[in-house]
Amino acid sequence: MRTSRRLLILLPYLWLGLFFLVPFLIVIKIALSDSVTASPPYAPTFSLDEGLAGLRASFAQFDFENFLWLAEDGIYLKAYLNSVKVAAIATLLTLLIGYPVAYAMAKAPQDWRKTLLLLVILPFWTSFLIRIYAWIGILKNEGFLNLALMKLGIIEQPLAIMHTEIAVYVGIVYSYLPFMILPLYASLERIDGRLLEAAEDLGCGALAAFRQITLPLSLPGVVAGCFLVFIPAIGEFVIPDLLGGSGTLMIGKTLWLEFFSNRDWGVAAAVAIVLLTILIVPIVLFQRHQQKHQEELG
Amino acid sequence: MIRRFNMFNLTSLTFGLAFLYLPLLLVVIYSFNDSRLVTVWGGFSTKWYGIVLNNDAYLEAAWITLRIAFVSATLATVLGTLSAVVMVRAGSFPGRTLFSGMIFAPLVMPEVVTGLSLLLLFVAIGLDRGFWTITIAHATFSMCYASVVISSRLASFDRSLEDAALDLGCTPLSAFRQVTLPVIAPAVISAWLLSFTLSLDDLVIATFTSGPGSTTLPMKLYSSVRLGVSPEINALSTMLIGIVTFGVIAASLINRRQERRQKQENRAAAAAA
Repeated sequence: MRTSRRLLILLPYLWLGLFFLVPFLIVIKIALSDSVTASPPYAPTFSLDEGLAGLRASFAQFDFENFLWLAEDGIYLKAYLNSVKVAAIATLLTLLIGYPVAYAMAKAPQDWRKTLLLLVILPFWTSFLIRIYAWIGILKNEGFLNLALMKLGIIEQPLAIMHTEIAVYVGIVYSYLPFMILPLYASLERIDGRLLEAAEDLGCGALAAFRQITLPLSLPGVVAGCFLVFIPAIGEFVIPDLLGGSGTLMIGKTLWLEFFSNRDWGVAAAVAIVLLTILIVPIVLFQRHQQKHQEELG
Repeated sequence: MIRRFNMFNLTSLTFGLAFLYLPLLLVVIYSFNDSRLVTVWGGFSTKWYGIVLNNDAYLEAAWITLRIAFVSATLATVLGTLSAVVMVRAGSFPGRTLFSGMIFAPLVMPEVVTGLSLLLLFVAIGLDRGFWTITIAHATFSMCYASVVISSRLASFDRSLEDAALDLGCTPLSAFRQVTLPVIAPAVISAWLLSFTLSLDDLVIATFTSGPGSTTLPMKLYSSVRLGVSPEINALSTMLIGIVTFGVIAASLINRRQERRQKQENRAAAAAA
């Protein structure tokens, strides 16, 4: 019994240790190493042949050169700030679009709700790449949106939306909308309808009842939804790469280019560390919020 | 009790669903377009499907992707079930906080970071990149999702059933197999399906961890998409959308039927008592 229990714990523990924790330590190590033109392109390489002395020697060579490089070159700072800005604005837009939909779902007749939920989740199961691809056809200069607007006589020249930040917002809102709607729906659906009836009986208008009852009670869903969109949006690569132009700097894209185009593994690893440092605050806040919410429910 | 939609809610639902479905619908419709020009309708045709199905590069990529998804989802489900049991049942053990951190962290880790770190590991230990490195990478992040799905089911499971089996002389392993596993089976199946889809869909982590000769379908699709919209990609996308739609609807129908049967059984049990 004892050994089998130990084995049960050990197997997933070792797997995560080897394929999650160790890689993470290697990233830190390479971020502190110097870049060289070799394969692999960083020094010192880690080797156990020389024993502890070799290990100490390689530690001695660590420095913060890659991080200094990030600090000195303004382009990285700009990419970080822009990622946060784009993610924040996109989150707000997703909330504004998602809230009325989630509200309508929660107010829908009981036997409709499951179907509506399925309809909202279904696109999320479709390939991410295909969903972004679909928007290229709509947003590009000779795409469906411009064709429709020109046919209706609203515009004469095609709007240049593709390869701008607006296209990135559209892509993020579209891809992450289900993440916003689901927690919103969950908290809106739980609201006791009798509260609203009581408010109405006491002479409260519909709008005031919404502001004073529905909105505050749905706040946990709002917060959870915003985190679920904001956190992945910051490190997003595919959307800024395919929909944004070369002018749209986002940190996930910077890391990718640093690695695949510039082949600078040291700087790519340093970019990754800074990205995680930025994410730690929202992640910890999110986890606290979830725990608190769980306790309140349970 | 509300029985009908009001105007405002109906409008937001219509707009919301149109926003979600219109882009995909356009891809589907224009995959049947005879013209090579992607926004001009030139009559109905299924020729692009023939072209995609005769393209060996796509077929090969699809085959690799399916194999990776199958193996990694199976690994992830086994590991995810084990970690769920550990999280819910094992009580406290040294390093529990680290363990729960390692289960939670991959869920919020940016894909570029996960991909980069795994690649650096594979380079450091000198593992040749290809089928197995992608499979390991996918199994690692999918097992965390699987664990979350299974944990929530396991937490609501009546533990006294398991205790009863143990009292009656069952070994812990056979108690798990005969009592616990059948009860959490729906969650285990959902976890497998989720892992399978996550693997099918992944571009970023696969790109980092793949080697020559192991191009997955999303990687192939990505390099085609970068070149612009084309009727072939529309046709390929439509096939993938069709498969997913079929799978999700079938899964939800099965789920609903099971729920209904459960309800009937509960009612029958209540009536008998």
